[in-house]
Amino acid sequence: MNVEVRQPAAAGPAQTNPAQSRMAIADCDIHHSPKSFNLIHKYLAKRWCDHIDTYGFRARQGNASGPQYPKGQPDASRRDAWPPTGGRPGSDLDFMRSHLLDSCGIELGILNMIRPHPGGFANIELSIAVARALNEWQIAEWTQPEPRLKASLVVPYEDPIAAAAEIDHWAGHPDVVQVLLLSRTQQPLGMQRYWPIYEAAVRAGLPVGVHAFGNGGQPVTSTGWPSFYIEDMIGHSQSCQSMLTSFVMEGVFERFPTLKLVLIESGFAWLPSLAWRMDRTYKALRSEVPHLKRLPSEYIREHVWLTTQPMEEPEPREHLRDIIEWIGWDRLLFATDYPHWDYDDPARALGLKVSPQERQAFFIDNAAALYHRS
Amino acid sequence: MIPPKGAIDCDIHTSIPNLEALLPYLEEHWREIVLLRGMDELNSISFPLKAADAARADWRPLSGKPAASLAQIQSEALDPFDTAIAICSSLYGIQLLHSEDLAAAFARAVNDWMVATLLSRDTRLRGTIVIPTQNPDMAVDEIERCARNPAFVQVLMLAGADTPLGKRHCWPIYKACERHNLVLGIHAGNTYRNPPTAAGWPSFYIEDSVAQAQSFQTQLTSLICEGVFSRYPALKVVMLESGFTWVPTHMWRLTKYWRGLRMEIPWVDRSPDEILRDNIRFSLQPVDTPPNAADLERIFEHLQSDRLILFSTDYPHARFDGTDAMPDGLSPSLMQRIAIDNPRETYARLTETVA
Repeated sequence: MNVEVRQPAAAGPAQTNPAQSRMAIADCDIHHSPKSFNLIHKYLAKRWCDHIDTYGFRARQGNASGPQYPKGQPDASRRDAWPPTGGRPGSDLDFMRSHLLDSCGIELGILNMIRPHPGGFANIELSIAVARALNEWQIAEWTQPEPRLKASLVVPYEDPIAAAAEIDHWAGHPDVVQVLLLSRTQQPLGMQRYWPIYEAAVRAGLPVGVHAFGNGGQPVTSTGWPSFYIEDMIGHSQSCQSMLTSFVMEGVFERFPTLKLVLIESGFAWLPSLAWRMDRTYKALRSEVPHLKRLPSEYIREHVWLTTQPMEEPEPREHLRDIIEWIGWDRLLFATDYPHWDYDDPARALGLKVSPQERQAFFIDNAAALYHRS
Repeated sequence: MIPPKGAIDCDIHTSIPNLEALLPYLEEHWREIVLLRGMDELNSISFPLKAADAARADWRPLSGKPAASLAQIQSEALDPFDTAIAICSSLYGIQLLHSEDLAAAFARAVNDWMVATLLSRDTRLRGTIVIPTQNPDMAVDEIERCARNPAFVQVLMLAGADTPLGKRHCWPIYKACERHNLVLGIHAGNTYRNPPTAAGWPSFYIEDSVAQAQSFQTQLTSLICEGVFSRYPALKVVMLESGFTWVPTHMWRLTKYWRGLRMEIPWVDRSPDEILRDNIRFSLQPVDTPPNAADLERIFEHLQSDRLILFSTDYPHARFDGTDAMPDGLSPSLMQRIAIDNPRETYARLTETVA
């Protein structure tokens, strides 16, 4: 964050700065974008370029540009992340190399395209066309020139058949390591209408990542529209909890026993309490969901990974250790969220005294195993 | 474990036996309307009556609803636990109505029914004022009308509301609560003005039920961020049937983002964590218990306070067997605080004598 956050003494850089010790880092949430959307035009049919110029994206929100809640910083970004050559933060590969990859020792960086992610565009044909264009763009201009970076496929998720076709198109491409959805969808993501996406992801051997944000066309909380950006941000952990509940209760993991689900940028400390709640409720109401064969917590333990940024920061920080142990040290994926303002620095983020094995799992091994980059 | 004798049970429920039972308490116009229009029972899908958790098997009568009479409540919820005081609420679906006038009429009827049927007949019972949340002005009128009776100690709102509850249009309700030392009790439930999860309408009741906790989390965020407690520092909020094992991690996230974004909400001039400690409490049952009892101690360690949880049985909902209303893993001193001290410190009107 762009604020001074108190750090416990145990988290001194001498002990925990992985960059200094040159431990390799996997960053599982990096945001890139074109300097200007016009640079995507060469990957798009003229019909769609004209359409976007005239009508815009119409992404199920009222304001034609910008977010529904003004961000806390320009472009929600670190002040030092604006490339010296101009353009948005995250739009210059050379600057990202020196500012992020080299300086933090990032050996594996997962690119998550959310600026924009076309999956929520109300016009499905537009969503399909822009998804293909952005995937071609990110392979040609980001992962091909920079082998440390790998791509998450953006897919037109409100048309799951089309999304599955997009996954099939890229299946087996060495630069593609994940299918990317956003968390705010028209309906809860566990519903059967979305299952073609999971079927295709399993067929391609790709985890499904769900990143916070998007517009499903309904209020961002279960109790209506809040007033403030801070509520929007905190609310991702609530919407993500309901989305995960949907995955479990609909039986997605029963139907797709090899599916791997990655929850991105929604926090992680809420997971144990949610799993306990689901287990308790399931014991009382299992007759409603007879398609489930195991406790909800068992599906979660086997199928779910979470990226770490924005790290919850209890005082004392040691309380976080309980949470991580309840989740499992093998299920967290370190992420910076570069170039955003609430970025987590790998040298300071964890703030716990950890064993070499735990540190290795947290910062690189879990991601390397999940994304097959060991 | 069994709660200490003399406990204060902060969340029990009574069922309105049926619409007919309210007719004597409705003004003549509304009584005619109910009959003329053939209105249905106001049962909410938040609480399917036959679902296993809606009532314990031994608390289901052969006919009629659970918890629908004084005798049922006395013999099932009060006597077996040696309860000193129990705070009772009705979850009849009044907040779901779209007509403000109809909701206000039914709120008056339910409150008067509760006084006549329960509160005036057993001094161990205290009541929760049902208000027409659809219209804050009418809600305040109902609070003013009922607050004269010291047996009412709390005002009821639902966790899934028309808007986040911190929104300024709700503030007259909070002002009235503060004026009368009434606790604002936010209970599980939903007006269903919005999809009951932030991810949309789910397929199953079980998802709606799990999602109640996320609605409480959202309300906690809203009440703090909008500045309700900066404006009404004496207001006490109790989250009822909310679960509480989520509270520490939610506060970590809320406090972290407050540090980063407090310029957006400058009226929140101290840490959300401090505000929570001064103004917000949670009822005990149902407990989203970790698989190992020892881990519940870790949750209390994370809460960093023994003041936040208030004893409740959640009667007649099925949350535990027999009289084991206290989860395993709590020390005797913590049980004492939860069962007696914390409720007394929270519900100021419990010190008043009731007739």
